[in-house]
Amino acid sequence: MSYAAVMGRRNDIMVRAAGLDYRDFTTGTLAFDYEAMMKVAGDLATIREIQRQTRVGDTPLWELNNITRLARQLAPPGKGARIFLKDEAANPSGSFKARRAALSVFHAARNGYPGVAAATSGNYGAAVASQAAMRGLPCIIIQEVFDSRGVGQPEILEKGRACEAYGAEVVQLTVGPELFYVFLVTLEETGYFNASLYTPYSVAGIETLGYELAEQVYGREGRYPDAVVVTHAGGGNVTGTARGLRKAGAAATQVIGVSVDLTGLHMASDRDFNRKSFTTGHTGFGIPFLTWPDRADVPRNAARPLRYLDRYVLVTQGEVFYVTELLAQLEGLERGPAGNTSLAAAISLAQEMDRDQILVVQESEYTGAGKHPWAQLTFARENGIAVERGDPAGNRPGERIVIPEHPRQVKAKDYPLDGVCRSYLRNAVARAGSAALTPADHRFLAEDVRRDEEWVKRVLEEARTVEAP
Amino acid sequence: MTKRAQVGDWVQIHRVVLPAGARAPQVPADTQSAPLEMWVKGILLAGGELGQPARIRTAAGRELEGRLVAVRPPPGHDFGEPVPQLAAIGAEVRAWLERGGEGS
Repeated sequence: MSYAAVMGRRNDIMVRAAGLDYRDFTTGTLAFDYEAMMKVAGDLATIREIQRQTRVGDTPLWELNNITRLARQLAPPGKGARIFLKDEAANPSGSFKARRAALSVFHAARNGYPGVAAATSGNYGAAVASQAAMRGLPCIIIQEVFDSRGVGQPEILEKGRACEAYGAEVVQLTVGPELFYVFLVTLEETGYFNASLYTPYSVAGIETLGYELAEQVYGREGRYPDAVVVTHAGGGNVTGTARGLRKAGAAATQVIGVSVDLTGLHMASDRDFNRKSFTTGHTGFGIPFLTWPDRADVPRNAARPLRYLDRYVLVTQGEVFYVTELLAQLEGLERGPAGNTSLAAAISLAQEMDRDQILVVQESEYTGAGKHPWAQLTFARENGIAVERGDPAGNRPGERIVIPEHPRQVKAKDYPLDGVCRSYLRNAVARAGSAALTPADHRFLAEDVRRDEEWVKRVLEEARTVEAP
Repeated sequence: MTKRAQVGDWVQIHRVVLPAGARAPQVPADTQSAPLEMWVKGILLAGGELGQPARIRTAAGRELEGRLVAVRPPPGHDFGEPVPQLAAIGAEVRAWLERGGEGS
């Protein structure tokens, strides 16, 4: 089956495999009715019930007293917010991804699909596999694992092992975006449900995370958190958490996205693939999915992070490994490094906030062989990356990982959202091509970037002028 | 590693999905010059000679064909080596907290 032929049928394959015709929601050239699409996942009470059937959610919220103390010792007088951690590693497959998988697998079972498939190299694979095991459905997970030498990322190898432990078939591929082609062929051949990360089911599944943490903080402190720090890659974590916070009534809570800075590494490059230590939660997904969410494996991405982000910051790989040590040694919680991306930012952000404020780190993930600082740094060294201690400012993705020498060197760096919104609108102009944008499009784009329509029209006009020959 | 697999063994097969040069147009040059390869594990149904065609049944119940490359392949990952750059962090930070954060 030729690549081009399969890609040409992608929309039909997707409609059948997701049980959703995205064309139903179209309202303009680019616009669609986002809230109507999200409704297909059901209301929050129903989602909670479905998740409880398969042991998902209701995870503990811990106050990190010693890490708070550490941040306060670095902060100016009166500053240093209390830091809490939502221990999502307590979910069945060891990460918050169980929330995303739960609804997809429920719908696959209820609608009589013969199985579920997902294209993912992350914790999501194990989450789908675990949920499929509980609901008695066969499962196929398609992963990007190896470079052309056959060398695999230890973190991804571990995730593949976990999928197999839950009884799933794992298809391991070399580097490249044609993973999507293999996924389409598999969906077509098997008739399985597409448990995409980007459907309303997946994103609405995370709403319970935001809702629960708001409830837990309110129940304990009589107030909602002042800020929640969320690791950002494809946008679902930010979107779902923020929507859940709003549904709980925590409308004033700041939503801060965090990615690991991997600037300069090409995500589809065979050479660069094994020159990174983090396989998700990084800028290689984070920025492209901010500037155009609809690059996903479904026609309309339910993850629309620019609608919800108040602020976006970056941290380095070395800082995340450092705080992984802090979490283990100061708080007695050994968790996987990638899940601690938002914790790294939180230590820095808490120092800007008042002492009586509350900052929630909304996830953790399991750790084990492969998903561990030793495994990942040993692998980095084997692939020619220097590992040293020093100032994280000296970090160079793909060349040098710098482990801080002191907690004061852990500093989240702001990535301005204004420029991101402008890139998004330039992409919108390119996507629309010669088709005219309607008032519905202007309204939709304004909602998607959380700016007023006048600003959007102005930026679109500028982008058009640049585009014109 | 075992040189020959028996029907019923847990094995791994390999296949080239897209040859070098026939990759998606958007991939960078280094990736373009490598094939897209695929590995899948399952129970051996037919074949058994390493490097020769084989048929397997996967955990999802699919029957797939490819070149037999491994018998009972181990996962291939571990905890790595202790990392000297991480070894001192716990003691350093605890001591710094004990001193009340002086020198920050």
